[in-house]
Amino acid sequence: MAAVDHAAHPPVAHQSSRVDARTLGMFLFIASEIMLFGSFFTIYFFVRVAAGTQWPTPPYHLPVFVAGMNTIILVTSSFTMHWALQSIKRGNRSGLKAGLVLTFLLGLTFLLTQVLEYSRIGFTPHSDAFGSVFFGLTGLHGAHVFVGLTLLAAATIRAFRGHYSEEQHHGVEIPGIYWHFVDVMWIVVYTTVYIL
Amino acid sequence: MPNPLRSEGEAFRFLLGAVVYFAAIAIAGVINEWAGLVVFIVLTVGVIVWWWRAQRREPHPVEAVAVPHGPDDERRILVIANETVGGAPLLSRIKELASDANARVLVVTPALNSPLRHLASDEDAARAAARDRLDRSLAALATNGIHARGQVGDGDPLQAMEDALRTFGADEIVISTHPEGRSNWLERGVVEHARERFAVPIHHVVVDLEAER
Repeated sequence: MAAVDHAAHPPVAHQSSRVDARTLGMFLFIASEIMLFGSFFTIYFFVRVAAGTQWPTPPYHLPVFVAGMNTIILVTSSFTMHWALQSIKRGNRSGLKAGLVLTFLLGLTFLLTQVLEYSRIGFTPHSDAFGSVFFGLTGLHGAHVFVGLTLLAAATIRAFRGHYSEEQHHGVEIPGIYWHFVDVMWIVVYTTVYIL
Repeated sequence: MPNPLRSEGEAFRFLLGAVVYFAAIAIAGVINEWAGLVVFIVLTVGVIVWWWRAQRREPHPVEAVAVPHGPDDERRILVIANETVGGAPLLSRIKELASDANARVLVVTPALNSPLRHLASDEDAARAAARDRLDRSLAALATNGIHARGQVGDGDPLQAMEDALRTFGADEIVISTHPEGRSNWLERGVVEHARERFAVPIHHVVVDLEAER
């Protein structure tokens, strides 16, 4: 059997240096998210505009006020998230911990309020097309909030264990970007589903 | 315009913008459906115009690149050329610069590609064509008694230079282009940008391939 020559190390990977790998990864991830939400919004517009379904279907009512309060809670959580990251960038560990805990609690409050509203809303996903679209869109967003809370929980635990510093805070920055996008998506969902 | 995907701070500012945008549409929409539509159109057009003007106004940031140097007794010359890589003026300039016995020459040919093919990561043909030109150029240099190394670089000549400088600490850079009016690189200000970006002497050689024929 012929001997096979092995190099001392694997060949250097060819990588275009024009786009940073982490940025490219985030681009691709957000692009997939937009496509996912886009498919749900397509159904929403089809049901509401093309099919002319009344929104909401009588006799149901959407909890606009409670959802509005929830929107304020979620937007506030973005401010606390931003505060947490700015704190660690200045070496303020207490600010980081307080910011992350507050963000997590505000996100949890949003999710629990949404679950509570689901139980009181009076219609179900199989009531009609309106119900399916409503639960589909808000449920999809709720699932994203759950993922965001999981990331925040990991970041919070790490912060209390003494991780992160003024130079090393990537583990807070990435969940922060994700959390802000979850908020942006909620603003789109709230405006289109509840308000307009 | 800030890229909302690059940092948490920019994502946060993007969120604030989204809050203002959707709040204005929602308030107008609640007052009157048509008012909501008008606000939506006005704001969307406004954002697009603002983004377009910001793109034109903001010059591309010039980052000074630290250039590592080779051993003191060695003269390193980095040559960036593409279609003009085999041109006589370029060969004679390299010969002149590399007359020193301790000269080392690295020739980089950027793999020029169309934007669409670049986005689709369809770079094989561009790299093969660049490799072809490079091989011919290295052969021409060898005929003139210059032993040079070569590599295919990024399609953006500035990026190709920066990539090469990271592994080949050049003492000077030679950029070869077509004459003014026919050179895409000159139109894009590649030579000027290179002079701003790299703290080493930059030589610009013009090769008129049509005149050579």
